Amino acid sequence: MSVRLFVPCDAGALAVGADEVAHALHSAALARGVEIEIVRNGSRGLYWLEPLVELATAQGRFGFGPVTADDVPSLLDAIIADKPHKLSLGLVEEIPWLKRQTRLTFARCGVVDPLSLDDYRAHGGYKGLTRALTLTPDAVIAEVTTSGLRGRGGAGFPTGIKWKTVSQTSADRKYVICNADEGDSGTFADRMLMEGDPFVLIEGMTICGLAVGATKGYIYTRSEYPHAIATMTKAIEIAKSAGLLGNKVAGSDYTFELEVRTGAGAYVCGEETALMESLEGKRGLVRAKPPLPAHHGLFGKPTVVNNLLSFAAIPFILDEGAKAYADFGMGRSRGTMPIQIAGNVKFGGLFETAFGITLGDLVDDIGGGTFTGRPVRAVQVGGPLGAYFPRALFDTPFDYEAFAAKDGLIGHGGIVVFDDTVDMSKQARFAMEFCAIESCGKCTPCRIGSTRGAETIDKIRRGERVAENIALVEDLCGTMKLGSLCALGGFTPYPVLSALKHFREDFGPQQPRLQAAE
Amino acid sequence: MTPVYETWEAARGAEIIAEHSKMEGATLPILHALQETFGYVPEDALPMIASALNLSRAEVYGVFTFYHDFRAKKAGRHVLKLCRAEACQAAGGDALAARAEAKLGIAIGNTTADERVTLEPIYCLGLCATAPSAMLDGRLVGRLDEARIDALVSEAQR
Ligand SMILES: Cc1cc2nc3c(=O)[nH]c(=O)nc-3n(C[C@H](O)[C@H](O)[C@H](O)COP(=O)(O)O)c2cc1C
Ligand code: SF4
Ligand code: FES
Ligand code: FES
Repeated sequence: MSVRLFVPCDAGALAVGADEVAHALHSAALARGVEIEIVRNGSRGLYWLEPLVELATAQGRFGFGPVTADDVPSLLDAIIADKPHKLSLGLVEEIPWLKRQTRLTFARCGVVDPLSLDDYRAHGGYKGLTRALTLTPDAVIAEVTTSGLRGRGGAGFPTGIKWKTVSQTSADRKYVICNADEGDSGTFADRMLMEGDPFVLIEGMTICGLAVGATKGYIYTRSEYPHAIATMTKAIEIAKSAGLLGNKVAGSDYTFELEVRTGAGAYVCGEETALMESLEGKRGLVRAKPPLPAHHGLFGKPTVVNNLLSFAAIPFILDEGAKAYADFGMGRSRGTMPIQIAGNVKFGGLFETAFGITLGDLVDDIGGGTFTGRPVRAVQVGGPLGAYFPRALFDTPFDYEAFAAKDGLIGHGGIVVFDDTVDMSKQARFAMEFCAIESCGKCTPCRIGSTRGAETIDKIRRGERVAENIALVEDLCGTMKLGSLCALGGFTPYPVLSALKHFREDFGPQQPRLQAAE
Repeated sequence: MTPVYETWEAARGAEIIAEHSKMEGATLPILHALQETFGYVPEDALPMIASALNLSRAEVYGVFTFYHDFRAKKAGRHVLKLCRAEACQAAGGDALAARAEAKLGIAIGNTTADERVTLEPIYCLGLCATAPSAMLDGRLVGRLDEARIDALVSEAQR
């Protein structure tokens, strides 16, 4: 008999033993004289089940997980004998956590072999580019504008308008940059796609290139993502060999080249102008705007900078049409958002859904509360510059404007869950400390203010003139908000002030704490 | 797996610099390539980069010091990076980091006296749904608990 299995090569699965499982499967199969084929897919994003092994059957893919190398002999025996196994999850597509999602951007992630172009095409890949090639560049941009897509990197700027600006700026050379710097704690969607469906990014960026008239694209990612870099680089090679990158893209008259570049451990290089400085080989110092990158970007040329998830939404929009995308969502937040649920959470992972779902549903219902089993006390949404939300605000719908109205932001869609052992003055202190570590150094309020902020919170925690020092922190936050060039200094006040506002009881002399979560 | 690095030689450095110097914005790719080869960026390489790319020495030095990744000297034989960002904090990472520090007898950011282990902070490995996370010489480890952190520390000490 021959058995076809899927074992993810996603970094999150590797970190919990996916390679060991794959090796164990090979040796167990050899010992039993059965032929097996193991496809290394991306992750489905159901991380509490990783390593999630899938078996191809006539009915669909059967899942087992979380599998350890020790489980492998009994698992393979059960598969051969067609018997149930204690780790059996049934049909993967029927797992409610997955079934409840609306996977437009992540439709293929975890399903396909990430480096198989045939697989990509068999699952709808390159249909968006094919249609884009039948349209004028302006019509492609109009489609993106009509879809309502807003940048998924944090600021939520309409993607179509950005593309239009670059397309209308004439220059001898233009660039497309994918911001895959994904530095926010609690986020991993960019990484998952680079490892699990790299061609969707290549296709999205290619469509952008031909729409705005750019011939060169860069994917700027982080050194913390070695697996993503390797997969992305191979995918680019494959696309090039297949004539989908380079001269005469897919037989058209367009030229589009793509290259991966790696950062070097600087959070601020996720900010688009610092990123361009870094790509130019300089220190990652934030540039003042204007000029906009769309007019005067990389090497002074008109440049589109978009988050990876923004580009990855494009093939669907071009293939299925703007309306199909815009039909999902609420208010001015159209389409779907790949939300990442992380931290102390029972069912953590990637949950792509239409905008509008409430924070409480995401944390309690989908996330299942904490893995420590203790009550959820706070969640930080939107990375290190995002606000901490108390349970009282769990009715907030996931939507750019609704979060802004609560002095928060959705950022890149990360939610980090904390249980009731969290010490919120410590979290506020960390926000200041992180800003101090990562500041590019250009603005005094960010560079010096953050260090002073951390010191002042230390005083509060020691019980020194608490009321006075809290007022000082609040004042300092005001200065940082007003006097910072970019959102690192400008938004660090969000986690600090939200902690102070919603969890004031944690600011004062430190009481002996509850046992910390393990 | 202990990473193996070459000993610095100016001729080898020049070769690596030449390989990358035609790229747009070549400074970071060159610094990465040098560190991958030698385990750090030798000071002697900086003026060589400057002249190859037609930059001032101060400019290259500024770039080298700006980025957290680049080292001025060799790290210990093993580098253990512990994620210190929020999702890992929420999952109990602080206590595990303190445990690793105690076992190794050094604070994060330092190398043991026998030069076996360098312990470093890292801010998010993108493994936040299987937190707390760490990286030992490039290998990722998630769902850390006391037993796993102890095993990682012993492995690094070998
Ligand atoms: C400190 C800082 C870090 C940022 N990090 C990222 C990042 O990692 N990824 C990203 O896409 N955008 C990041 N941004 C936002 C970018 O500056 C920019 O708005 C975004 O890449 C635009 O793409 P979008 O319109 O598709 O969202 C960051 C901004 C700041 C201020
Ligand atoms: S706010 Fe901070 S990171 Fe942003 S430009 Fe100013 S100093 Fe640099
Ligand atoms: S110091 Fe940069 S704005 Fe004041
Ligand atoms: S916060 Fe530690 S892996 Fe993301």
